[in-house]
Amino acid sequence: MNPAEIALILIPIVILQYGLALYGLYDLFAEDRRVRGDNKIVWALVIFFVTGFGPLIYLFVGRDESRGVEGAPVASAPSGAITGILASWPALPNTDAPAIATNGLSKRYARGVVALDNLTLSVPSGSIFGFLGPNGAGKTTTLRLLAGLATATAGSASVAGISSGATDGRLARNIGYLDQDPRFYGWMKGRELLELVGRLHGLSGSELRQRVGEVLEIVGLTEAAHRPIGGYSGGMRQRLGIGQALLNRPQVLFLDEPVSSLDPEGRRDVLEIVSRLRGIATVFMSTHILNDVERVCDRVAILNVGHLVVEGPIDELLDSYAQPIYELEPEPQQPDAVERLAVVMRGQPWAGDVQTTPDMVRVFVRDPKVAGPAILPLVVSSGVAIARYERARPSLEDVFLRLVAESSVAVAPNVVVPPWGLDGRGRR
Amino acid sequence: MMGFGVLLYKELIEQFRTKRLVSVAAVFVFFGILAPVTDRYMKELIDAIGSRSGGFTIEVPPYSLQGAMGQIIKNLSEFGIICALLLTMGAVAWEKERGTAGMILTKPASRAAFLAAKLVAISVSLGVAVVLGCGLGYVYTLLLYPTIFPLGGYIAMAAILWWTMVVFVAIVLFASTVFRSAVAAAGFGFVAFLVLGLVVAFPIVGPWSPLGLLGPAQDLALGHDAGDFLWPLAFNVAAVPALFAATWLAFRRQEL
Repeated sequence: MNPAEIALILIPIVILQYGLALYGLYDLFAEDRRVRGDNKIVWALVIFFVTGFGPLIYLFVGRDESRGVEGAPVASAPSGAITGILASWPALPNTDAPAIATNGLSKRYARGVVALDNLTLSVPSGSIFGFLGPNGAGKTTTLRLLAGLATATAGSASVAGISSGATDGRLARNIGYLDQDPRFYGWMKGRELLELVGRLHGLSGSELRQRVGEVLEIVGLTEAAHRPIGGYSGGMRQRLGIGQALLNRPQVLFLDEPVSSLDPEGRRDVLEIVSRLRGIATVFMSTHILNDVERVCDRVAILNVGHLVVEGPIDELLDSYAQPIYELEPEPQQPDAVERLAVVMRGQPWAGDVQTTPDMVRVFVRDPKVAGPAILPLVVSSGVAIARYERARPSLEDVFLRLVAESSVAVAPNVVVPPWGLDGRGRR
Repeated sequence: MMGFGVLLYKELIEQFRTKRLVSVAAVFVFFGILAPVTDRYMKELIDAIGSRSGGFTIEVPPYSLQGAMGQIIKNLSEFGIICALLLTMGAVAWEKERGTAGMILTKPASRAAFLAAKLVAISVSLGVAVVLGCGLGYVYTLLLYPTIFPLGGYIAMAAILWWTMVVFVAIVLFASTVFRSAVAAAGFGFVAFLVLGLVVAFPIVGPWSPLGLLGPAQDLALGHDAGDFLWPLAFNVAAVPALFAATWLAFRRQEL
């Protein structure tokens, strides 16, 4: 064999074998690279010691393109821009027809697991609807059923007048959907993802560019639009998720825990976007954060172990289900008189529970219209001197906790939900 | 298939951006070059090692064009099928796990288009790699073996080789859709590879295996009579849409 023949054999082999391995190692130790198993050393060993195929196994299997970096700063969405852009979007048609209607919607999995049982619900067009419930209540299942990602085992649902089982694209053209932990293609740039979604919705050319630009502005990602999504933080992915859900100017927007992974600033921005969608889209939002629901939602439904517990406007629910509380703060050094007052209060027909602590008497009343005028005369006649007297405002959290606790007892015998809950797909 | 064009474009860009296309092409180029070189110089290398190590000898058949073709087909089919398994194992399973399938399928895109875009894009990647690998294999074979052999037959061999890989892509795509785990999908594909490899040894069913087509492919490349292989070829051509239909049926009502 002459040197030319040896070179003919060796050079391509060496270049390809070691070139690919070196490229794999270079890629593996790049700053923002995430790998399956989060162990770069193991992948380095695979690249170097699995003869021939190590770099391929790493490149095809090891790289995790869907997770972003942790702790990157989250840009702020300018509120003026949001207002200006959303004002130019078409308002929803004025109609009495509900945006979302379900009738006996149910989802049962194998082995008797009931994720959702007989949900009948009507969501008015243009409203911002809070969908509340503890873990495993069936919120995500409901959203997936309505968005067409899962199939009901009984009952029916329509969204924007279209059956939620429609597969001809009509449902998809009229809704936006954000998963509770949105992941995207890490190799894509933010703008590219929105362009992909826009093309799927049939947009192209200048219309596509304009729509993508608007949405980036709304979610505050204009600056980051040219960066790969793999480098986005959790908050940025959440914003991008809202952006992709808004791109088609949907009539109905489904948001599954849209603020759960956001910091306070990000939460404020997202809630501002949601609140400005009132009248432009119907927003159906599941969340655990009850303060946020009180801030932005018009109506709420509370779900527990697959059952609808209650549904209605927040104010009506507070009036109907929040037990009013009167708080009296006595002047110090009169424990006996305070205890006598508590005994008298407990004997009144309008009073529920009466709780006493050394510096506070809390009276839960059944009917505030009767109790309000009656409390102060009782205090005066008991001779207790008080420093403060007020009717405390009940919160949605009070209502939620009370109704969930009561409904758990009522529905538990009929529903089989494993103690570890469901993940929305009926899996343990 | 609603959204097929957009999704296919996305899949092709993904093959390129995630370096999968380049990696597979590199593997095929590597083995495409190595195959004729190995056959041509193996005897000389073994003889050289044998004479220097004290006299033990290994009998290596003399180099031949037939040997070179056999090496090209063997190398590219084995490593090509493994590439097909690696490329396809997570195609659907990982998208379901990450939630990106749900994100895409709440848009105006059908599930059939979602699957078809993946099948076509991975097949295109393997096709590009086969063209490069077989092309360089052809050039090196011509350089090392000054023998004329038919280009048309060689192209037919490359096309059959590619389709064999596409059959495995369809098998693993089915597994990636049915199983939650990409590793399970790869395992299913690997078992299919072993079983279909064993089936080749049986006289009646052997020619119908996708791997059973490689023998006639080699005959075509050498300009020999490939025998009656058109029905097995048609069967394997039809197997891909049949497997795709099964994949779609499994995916059609699947929870995402």
